[in-house]
Amino acid sequence: MQPVLRWGRTLGYALTLPVVLVTLWWVWSADSTNYYAPPLQTILTTFGDVWFSERLRADVLPSVTRLLIGYTGAVVVGVGLGVLLGANRTLRRVTEPVLEFFRAIPPPALIPILFLFAGIGDTAKVIVIISGAVWPVLLNTVEGVRAVDDVLSDTSRSYGVTGLARLRHLVLPAASPQIVAGMRQALSISIILMVISEMFASTNGLGFSVIQFQRSFAIPEMWSGILLLGLLGFVLSLLFQLFERRTLRWYHGLRRSQLGEN
Amino acid sequence: MTQPLLDVAGVQKTYTGSGRTVEAVRDLTFSVGDGELVCIVGPSGAGKTTLLKCIAGLLEPTSGTVTLAGSRVDGPPEAMAVVFQEYGRSLYPWLTVKGNVELPLKQKKLDKARRRELVRDALEAVGLADVHSAYPWQLSGGMQQRVAIARAVAYEPKVLLMDEPFAAVDAQTRADLEDLIRSLWHKLGVTILFVTHDIDESVYLGQRVLVLSSSPTVIMEDLAIDLPDERNQLDTRSSPRFAELRGHVYEQIQLAKHRKGDQHQRDEVATGSHRAGPPTVAADPGH
Repeated sequence: MQPVLRWGRTLGYALTLPVVLVTLWWVWSADSTNYYAPPLQTILTTFGDVWFSERLRADVLPSVTRLLIGYTGAVVVGVGLGVLLGANRTLRRVTEPVLEFFRAIPPPALIPILFLFAGIGDTAKVIVIISGAVWPVLLNTVEGVRAVDDVLSDTSRSYGVTGLARLRHLVLPAASPQIVAGMRQALSISIILMVISEMFASTNGLGFSVIQFQRSFAIPEMWSGILLLGLLGFVLSLLFQLFERRTLRWYHGLRRSQLGEN
Repeated sequence: MTQPLLDVAGVQKTYTGSGRTVEAVRDLTFSVGDGELVCIVGPSGAGKTTLLKCIAGLLEPTSGTVTLAGSRVDGPPEAMAVVFQEYGRSLYPWLTVKGNVELPLKQKKLDKARRRELVRDALEAVGLADVHSAYPWQLSGGMQQRVAIARAVAYEPKVLLMDEPFAAVDAQTRADLEDLIRSLWHKLGVTILFVTHDIDESVYLGQRVLVLSSSPTVIMEDLAIDLPDERNQLDTRSSPRFAELRGHVYEQIQLAKHRKGDQHQRDEVATGSHRAGPPTVAADPGH
């Protein structure tokens, strides 16, 4: 009974504010005659019509696919390069200024250039996502790899945990708290870049749809697209939390035990 | 003494960094026979950890050699296992107790059945048969160090190196762990080199005690501990012979604190002995 109660209370806290906001929006907009701010009821009706149709396959699926490929690419490249740079001091010193420069460029600014060279297809959009989302993963991985404990490193060497085994059993797990923190930032950057890259030059996708609805004065449809993007981000962030809880269970336990002792 | 298993010959280690050179270890020569339990005791800052890392193949000596079972140590040998002082930093926090003990065995390419057997026996030998699936950070400090010892035991080394393994646990746990080491040593017949700064501990545990000088380090004395083989915390520690031996080592350490390797070497040349002479209160020429 006790866990059920606690769970129910958590859910209650989490749901209160959203319910209040939606209700307010609903009541406020119910009699709206403003063309640009239609009643919520209209938006929700439109939502079903627009997105549970052909558009699910034609627009939502391509967007999500680009997002996942781009995000995965950013994580793979970021962790891979991060491990290399974290383990090699010289390489790190040589590349640091350049990396800081590229990181400082707002990724959307790269979109025109990338589209010039990579075309306006899916590849270009994936590259845009990678080029923006790779940085937090890369820099966090470098920090994580550099901070591998000396004693644990010596222990690993003396027990023959070297080479690839060292990477798998020592370096990556030790850096995983930082890597996961970088991945969390990269996820929100990926979603932003997915939408923006589709707004620039595209023939399908969520960003494209929202812009197209806006330009054709399909206002409830535009609102429903924005709602869908919000929901997508929310679901992905929930999934990420589950992933984080599983991957870093040891880390949170360790932290708790350290705090308890001190 | 039986056939020497571990031979340390003229090991010297100098650290160089940012325009400064520090000679941590001056000249260490000793050997450890197969199945011996030897303690190395020295004042803090005597380069004990440096020496141990050189023996373990984790650090390359500037000159001199370490030889294990006839072959020169130039990297961590498979026949050696190390237990570090900082148990909290030497266990993998993302692996369970079982995972920690098993990982080195996987690296040794042992098959699954053999690994399971070794893990079970080792954890049982250190009195942790029922915590296989716990994480190290869920255990007390003493239990964590037991896990580290079990990992070393399961690795089936010829030589077990221990670097002040009990310096960070409370006194009661420490006594228990000391007895555990004696009993494992009896049971397994493994050779143990045990580094400590605790004089009582070195005398209680060892068959031999090597007394180190302050840094740059040399060996001031190689003392045989002629206490009976069956030892226990109560009787052994209250025996007159124990008091004599610890008193003797204590004197040596007091000497060591004020005397560095270079002075000792001069003495050695003058007297031709391996024993340190009386303490000399040398006026510092700088004052």
